[in-house]
Amino acid sequence: MAILSSKINTRDAQFAANSESMQAVIDDLHEKAAKIHQGGGPKYQERHLSRGKLLPRDRINKLLDAGSPFLEVGQFAAWECYEDYVPAAGVVAGIGQVEGTECMIVANDATVKGGTYYPLTVKKHLRAQEIAERCHLPCIYLVDSGGANLPRQDEVFPDKDHFGRIFFNQANMSAKGIPQIAVVMGLCTAGGAYVPAMADESVIVKEQGTIFLAGPPLVKAATGEEVSAEELGGADVHTRISGVADHFAHNDEHALALARRSVARLNRGEPTKLDRQPAKPPRFDAKELYGIVGTDLRKPYDVHEVIARIVDDSDFDEFKANYGNTLVTGFARIDGYPVGIVANNGILFSESAQKGAHFIELCAQRKIPLVFLQNITGFMVGKKYEAEGIAKHGAKMVMAVSCAKVPKFTVLIGGSYGAGNYGMCGRAYDPTMMFMWPNARISVMGGEQAAGVMAQVTKDNLERKGESLSEEKEQELKKPIVEQYDKQGHPYYASARLWDDGIIDPAQTREVLALSLAASLNAPIEDSRFGVFRM
Amino acid sequence: MINTLLIANRGEIACRIIATAQKMGIRTVAVFSDADRDSRHVKLADQAVHIGPAASTESYLRSDKIIAAAKQTGAEAIHPGYGFLSENEDFADQCQLNGIIFVGPPVSSIAAMGSKSAAKSIMQDAGVPLVPGYHGSEQDIETLKAEAEKVGFPLLLKAAYGGGGKGMRVVENMGEFDEALNSAKREANSSFGNDKMLMERFIRNPRHVEIQVFTDEHGNAVYLAERDCSVQRRHQKVLEEAPAPALTEKTRTEMGDAAIRAAQAIDYVGAGTVEFLFDQSGEFYFMEMNTRLQVEHPVTEMITGQDLVEWQLLVASGQPLPLAQNDIQVNGHAFEARIYAEDPDNDFLPCTGTIKHLRTPVEENGVRIDTGIEQGDEISAFYDPMIAKLIVWDTDRTRALLRLQRALREYRLTGLTTNVDFLHRLASHPEFVKTNLTTEFIQQHEANLAPDDSVSYQQIATEAALFDICQRQQQRGSSPWQSGNAFRMNSAATHTVPLQFDEETYAISLAETGTGEFLQEVDNESIRWQASLTDDKLTLTAGSMRYHRYVSADDQQITVFTDNGPMTFHRHRVTDTLSDETAHGGHVAPMNGTIMEVLVEKGDTIEKDQPLVIMEAMKMEYTIRAGHEGEVTDVFFIAGDLVSDGNELIAVSEAE
Repeated sequence: MAILSSKINTRDAQFAANSESMQAVIDDLHEKAAKIHQGGGPKYQERHLSRGKLLPRDRINKLLDAGSPFLEVGQFAAWECYEDYVPAAGVVAGIGQVEGTECMIVANDATVKGGTYYPLTVKKHLRAQEIAERCHLPCIYLVDSGGANLPRQDEVFPDKDHFGRIFFNQANMSAKGIPQIAVVMGLCTAGGAYVPAMADESVIVKEQGTIFLAGPPLVKAATGEEVSAEELGGADVHTRISGVADHFAHNDEHALALARRSVARLNRGEPTKLDRQPAKPPRFDAKELYGIVGTDLRKPYDVHEVIARIVDDSDFDEFKANYGNTLVTGFARIDGYPVGIVANNGILFSESAQKGAHFIELCAQRKIPLVFLQNITGFMVGKKYEAEGIAKHGAKMVMAVSCAKVPKFTVLIGGSYGAGNYGMCGRAYDPTMMFMWPNARISVMGGEQAAGVMAQVTKDNLERKGESLSEEKEQELKKPIVEQYDKQGHPYYASARLWDDGIIDPAQTREVLALSLAASLNAPIEDSRFGVFRM
Repeated sequence: MINTLLIANRGEIACRIIATAQKMGIRTVAVFSDADRDSRHVKLADQAVHIGPAASTESYLRSDKIIAAAKQTGAEAIHPGYGFLSENEDFADQCQLNGIIFVGPPVSSIAAMGSKSAAKSIMQDAGVPLVPGYHGSEQDIETLKAEAEKVGFPLLLKAAYGGGGKGMRVVENMGEFDEALNSAKREANSSFGNDKMLMERFIRNPRHVEIQVFTDEHGNAVYLAERDCSVQRRHQKVLEEAPAPALTEKTRTEMGDAAIRAAQAIDYVGAGTVEFLFDQSGEFYFMEMNTRLQVEHPVTEMITGQDLVEWQLLVASGQPLPLAQNDIQVNGHAFEARIYAEDPDNDFLPCTGTIKHLRTPVEENGVRIDTGIEQGDEISAFYDPMIAKLIVWDTDRTRALLRLQRALREYRLTGLTTNVDFLHRLASHPEFVKTNLTTEFIQQHEANLAPDDSVSYQQIATEAALFDICQRQQQRGSSPWQSGNAFRMNSAATHTVPLQFDEETYAISLAETGTGEFLQEVDNESIRWQASLTDDKLTLTAGSMRYHRYVSADDQQITVFTDNGPMTFHRHRVTDTLSDETAHGGHVAPMNGTIMEVLVEKGDTIEKDQPLVIMEAMKMEYTIRAGHEGEVTDVFFIAGDLVSDGNELIAVSEAE
C-alpha cells in the first residue's frame, strides 16, 4: 500500500484560474459534441424519421443493453476537415454492451450526406475495426449508407487503407472467430453490399434495407430493365430468394432485437483473467484535475497529483522512485484491474528512458496492461546528453514500447512533442486506445521552438551572406509558424484526423480507461518478444 | 383427551387450527391434495397425509379418505374447519361410527339446521323472531290480502317456483297490492307455468348481524357478542366487524338470548353462529344458523380476548366452557378484511395465478393475518380464491378503521388481481366510516367505490423508471461495462426507460447530472430527482418533496405500490417486438380450468366470434370464441383436460 498524498491547495488563486480555464474548454467540448450528436441537423433528421427509420444514436441506444456505457470512437472525426459539414465523419462508432457482450458498433448516419464514405469515414470505419480486431470484439454494422463519396473516389477507393480494407478486415476477423454481424437498415449499394454479404450473420429491414451491386438507375442504364429498389434488393428478395441476408425484420426496432438475439447466441468465452481486485474509487475528487492541470502547458505540475485522481484508492506502488524521476513508473489498479503506469514528470533523460524501458518490459513480462500519461516536450538535448548516449537510451524505450504486446492505453494529458511522443506510446506505437485531454497539444515540437528553429536557420543563411535578421523581421517570420503549430496541435484538429480515438474530459479519464481495459481483455494477452536493445 | 388432531381442511383455516392445537400441546395432522403438496398448512402440521387429486370432490370432500387418514395417524379427533365437510351430517356420523371425535355439533344439530324451512319452524317454536311471511297454499285474493295485512309493508311478493327476480314485486302499501299481484302472477305464469305466490316482509337496506354462540355438553351456553357482516358482494361477506356499530345494549342482549334459545332448541354443542337480518328500525329476524366456526370468527376473538378454536377443542374433549356469560367482556373494536384473488372491476370474478411478490403488514399492534398462502404459491381454480384475512383491533371503531386502512396499504401483492385496493376504498368510504351499513352497501355505492383514475401515470412511470435505474446499478456486475450508468462521451448519461401501462408506452428519459441527481424534462419543466433503493423500498426526492414507494419487479414488469394501489408497468424491450412474429392466434385459456367441450374440429372453417371451446374455471363457464375467420389447423385439448392460463387451445389459420 502506498497511498498518494495530495499537496494541492484548492483555495489557491492559480488553482481557481486553472479550473476556470479548463472548465471553459470542457464546456466548448460538450457544446461541440452536442452539435455532433445532432448529425446532419433537424431537417435531415426529420426526413429520416418520417421514413419510419430511427436515428443512428437511437439505434445504438436500443441495440445496447439498458444502462450500458457507450465508449465512442472518433467522435470528432472529420471536424472542420471538409467544406461539407460531416459530423462524426457520417458514421457513429464505439464500444457498447449487447446481451452482456462488449461489441464494436459501426452505424452509418444517413442524415449526413446520405451516409456516404468520405476519406475520414473510411479511416474511422477501419480504426473501429482495428480496435475490434485488437480486442476481439464482435462487430455490429448498422448499415445505412450510399457508399463511397464519388467526388473523392481517389481518396477512398484504391489504396491499401481505403474502402476495400473494410471487407478485408471483415474476412480476417471472421477467420479469427471475431463475429461480424450486419444489420441493413437502409441503402447498401455497390461496394457497400459486401458489408452484409461478408458478414457472418445479417438482418435486413423490410422496405428500408436494400442490397444490390447496382441500383435501379444503373440497371436501367445498363440493360433497360425497370425494377424497384425493393424488388431488386429488398428484405424479401434477400431473405427468401437470394440468401444474401439471413433475417427478415419488420422495422428498425425488430432488426435491432434480432441483432441482439444473434449476439446472445455467440457463445463467447470468458474474457482474459487478470488478478483483479474489488474496485475502489480514488481518494481525491477527479474534478480537481481541472485546477491542477489548467490549460497553460508551460505551467508544471506534479503528475502524482493526476495519478492520485485516476487509480483505485489513490494507491500507487512506484517503481524506481528515486531514479530518473522525470518519468514516473509504478503499479496501480484502475477499477480493480492491475495496470502499469508510465507518466511524464518533466523532460526525458537517459536514466528516465532506461527506467521506462525496464518498467515496460516488466509489465509485458507480467502481462499487466500499460497506461501512458503523456506530457512530454521531448528528450534532453545538448553535448553532455548526446555523449552519454541519450539516443540509444531513448531507443530502448521506443523498442520496449513497440514490442510490448500487453494492452496499451495512451492519454495525452499535456504536451506531446517529438520523440517523447514515440517513447510514450504515441499513435504510431499502436496503443489499443488513445485519448486526448482538451488542454493537450500535439506536434513534432512546440510552435515557439519550431519558429525558433526556422528563424535560426534563416539567420544562419543570412549571416553566411553577411546579412542579419531584424527583430521585427524575425517576429514576422515566426508568427505564421507559431499560428500553424497552434492550430494543428489542437485536440480538435488532431481528433478530426483520427490521430487519437477521442477527446475526453479529464474527470472521466478513469471511467474511460476502465471501459477500455475491460474491453481489451476480450482478447488474450500475447507473449511479448523484444528486438535488439542497443546497450 | 385429544392427543392428536386431524384437520380436514386446507388454507388459512387449517393453519389457524394447527396453531391453536400446537399451542395446547396437541399433535396435528394435515391432509393435502396434489395441489397442496407444498402448501403452508402441510408445512406447519406435525404430520400430513396425501388424500388425492386436486379436485376437492376427490380429496377434501372424501370422508372415507379423511377418516382413513385419521385412523392411520392415530388422530382421536377431526376438526373440519369451515366449508368442505364442516356441515356434512354424513361425515359427522361417520366420525362417530369410527370412534373419532368430530369437532363440531352433534349430527342431529347439523341435520336440524340443514333444511332451511325445517330450521325456521324449529326457531318459530323456540320464540326466535322470523321475518313475517305467508307461505300458504290458499291463493285467493282475499286470503292473500288478509295475510299481507298481517305480514306488513313494505312486502315482497315472490313466485313460489320462481327465480332470477322474475315474478317478484316489492309492494309499498295495500293500495298497490292488487296491481302488483296481478303483474307478478302473469310474469310467474309465463316464466314458470305456475303463479303460486309467497309473501314476506321486505326488509329495506337490512344489515347482517350475527351472534357467536358456544355451548357445551354440560348444558352451558354463552354468546360472545355479535358481528356485523353487512358489507357483501355476490352474497358473500368481505368486510366484517365486531361489535356491531350502533346497537343498543338492549338489542344486543335480546339477540344474544334469542341466539342461545336457537342453539338450545336443537341441543347444540360447540361453536355456532346465528345469523339475523337487522332492519334499520332495530328489529331483527332469524336467517339461519351455521353449525361451524365462521370465517370471520377472529373479530370476535380480538374483542373478547378468547381463542375460539381452543374453546372448540375443550368442548370437543368434554370439558365445560371456560367462561360464564358474565365473565365475557367486550373490549375495543375489530375489523376483518377478506383478501381475495378476484377482480372488483369485473363483477368480483375470481382470478387465478401465482403470487409473485408478497409483503404484508407486521403482525403487531393489533394487526393479525390469518393466511395459508406464501409468496410463490398459486391460487388455483380448484379452491376458494381467498388469500388471507387481515384482522385489526383497536380501542374504538375509528382507531381500528384507521389501522385497517393503513394495514391494507401495507398489504403488497403482485402476480394476480386482488380486491386489496377495493377493500381500501370500502374501508375509506365516508358512509362506511359513518357506519351507514347495509347488505346493499357495495351496489349502492358502486360509482364512488371505483378506482380513482385521476392519478398521474407519468409520475408513477418515472418512479418505476428510477427504480429500474437503481436496481440495475445495484445489481451491477463487476465489469465497468455493467455499471448501468449509461456513460456517454462528452454528454450527460441519459437513461431512457420504456415502460408500458395498458396500451400506453411511456419513454421516461432521465439525465444524470453527475451529482447523484436525475434531471427530467416534462412539459418544459425540469424536475430534479434523487432515488435510492433499499430492498423493495424506493426513497425518492422530487424537488423539495421526499417520499417513498414500495416496488416489486421481475424481468417482465415493475409494480409500484401507490396511494391508489399497485400499478404494474411492463418493461418494454426491443425484443418485445419479436412476439409479433411468434404470437399465436390468441385462442388461449383465459385462466386455469377444465375443458368442458370442444365445438370445432381440425379442418373446420370458422367465422369470427364463433364459439370454439367451452371451459370451466372457478365454477364459471367461459366460451372461447374465434378472434377472426379462418380454418382450424389444430385442436390441442379434449373435454376433461386441465389447462393453464395462457395455454393455446385452438390454432386457426388466417383467412386468405
